[in-house]
Amino acid sequence: MTKSNVMEVPPKGGFTFDLCRRNTMLQQQGAKLPKFRKTGTTIVGLIFKDGVILGADTRATEGEIVCDKNCEKIHYLAPNISCCGAGTAADTENVTDMVSSQLVLHRYATGRESRVVTALTMLKSHLFRYQGQVSAALVLGGVDVTGPHLHAVYPHGSTDTLPFATMGSGSLAAMSVFESRYKENLTKEEGMEIVSAAICAGIFNDLGSGSNVDLCIITKEGKEYLRNYQQPNPRSYSRSKGYDFKIGHTAVLSTKITQLRQHVQVLEGDAMEEE
Amino acid sequence: MDFSNFQAPGMYPYHASSSSKQAEKSYVDHPIMGPHNSSFTLMPEAPSKHTKYPYVTGTSVLGVKYKDGVLLASDTAASYGSTVRYKSVQRLKAVGKTTALGASGEISDFQAINELLDQLITNDYMWDDGNNLGPVEIHNYLNRLMYGRRNKFDPLWNSLVLGGVKNGQQYLGVVTMIGVHYVDDHVATGFGNHLARPIFRDEWRADMTHEEAVALLEKCMLVLFYRDRSAINKFQIANVTEAGVHISEPYALQTNWSYKAFENPTAGAVGSW
Repeated sequence: MTKSNVMEVPPKGGFTFDLCRRNTMLQQQGAKLPKFRKTGTTIVGLIFKDGVILGADTRATEGEIVCDKNCEKIHYLAPNISCCGAGTAADTENVTDMVSSQLVLHRYATGRESRVVTALTMLKSHLFRYQGQVSAALVLGGVDVTGPHLHAVYPHGSTDTLPFATMGSGSLAAMSVFESRYKENLTKEEGMEIVSAAICAGIFNDLGSGSNVDLCIITKEGKEYLRNYQQPNPRSYSRSKGYDFKIGHTAVLSTKITQLRQHVQVLEGDAMEEE
Repeated sequence: MDFSNFQAPGMYPYHASSSSKQAEKSYVDHPIMGPHNSSFTLMPEAPSKHTKYPYVTGTSVLGVKYKDGVLLASDTAASYGSTVRYKSVQRLKAVGKTTALGASGEISDFQAINELLDQLITNDYMWDDGNNLGPVEIHNYLNRLMYGRRNKFDPLWNSLVLGGVKNGQQYLGVVTMIGVHYVDDHVATGFGNHLARPIFRDEWRADMTHEEAVALLEKCMLVLFYRDRSAINKFQIANVTEAGVHISEPYALQTNWSYKAFENPTAGAVGSW
């Protein structure tokens, strides 16, 4: 009997939580959940006279350890749209990659430059479908035909449309700088000054943020990505002679040499040709 | 002396004789008082006399040193959970002639601390020996007070900021409800730590004049008013100099809610907010 008359139901989206009970039971018995890589983070966005400036720090943490001292938190979405991400690094990375691909297809379908609200709607519908389980807090900014836009996107799928926004663990430190210094119609230089001051406030006052300042300035002319615009945490000492370990400085206890390429003897048939 | 069988009196249910098994139990098992004794369902629980949570609370207090003395600032609100219940509460107080005390947290505990400090200052005055308790001594007294209560699991639920000037030396310190204490050039409690300290660290200088220090405090109080839900736009500043303590009348700051971007922000993104 064929079931060709039955309409195919598309698979339901979202996560399955079947293993949760078993996981809690295992945890109670002493098994440890792996720590996931978060971006700690201070991310900010600001609208100035001609466009949007996005800023981010560059520290990624795994629990209490800094696992990446210089990661990139400003993600590409479209030639005229960028997105800073805070929260679980895998979630921010993958959700922005996914929306970036969707935007390319959308540009082919419409034949037009992408709009910021398109990216916003795609992000918020995805995050809402996953009910906050996708832990991505984003500052989305860009310039399209309707002008400059800046949005804050929260993990559960709500959004704010703001002239200045901060997210992440360093958001209070950065917001204190914005609230005391923001004015309307800032020039590009003033905007960059305020954004980097806000990120530095996060870097120096929040333990989850650190290392360098990344900036991204988007205007209708184009996008300027300033990776490591400021590096206020340089390595303070480096040996001028360099590090040189001559043979003979360390005692060799044993030596074992392993061939990297195995020599294979062909007994029957033809040997493969070396490429 | 062998203390392995020692049991603190009055904390245990009566055991006719301590068997060797009982002797191994530490005295922290099975106290009479407390909500955790599931094995003593027949005994009525004594009412808890420990502070478990605060009820009427004040929000941040800020403090900075400047050229001629010390400034403390706080708003005049006391919240009851999420309601701003009292709007004219003075959370700054003069202690003697040399010190000002600001408190955040439970207001009733602050009032109790004020009573104790009044008695302390009066006793000191009665010695009539030409000495008076300065900020260092008051800070130490408050630290021992808070830490002692913490050790009894019955804290005074406050974070205190203490600023004073004695013999030309400025002093600014903090004591928290668990007895953490420290001194610094600029301090804050509660939300002020997250919103005001970054600004202090960037803009505070040792040789600020009174006007500059007040401007710095007002800048931070404004950010706190914008971003702390328990804060109101009614502040007091306490100025401590060699001449004494002066607490200002409450006043309000100019706020700006009229950014053009806040008017119809979702014109380009219909459906969001």
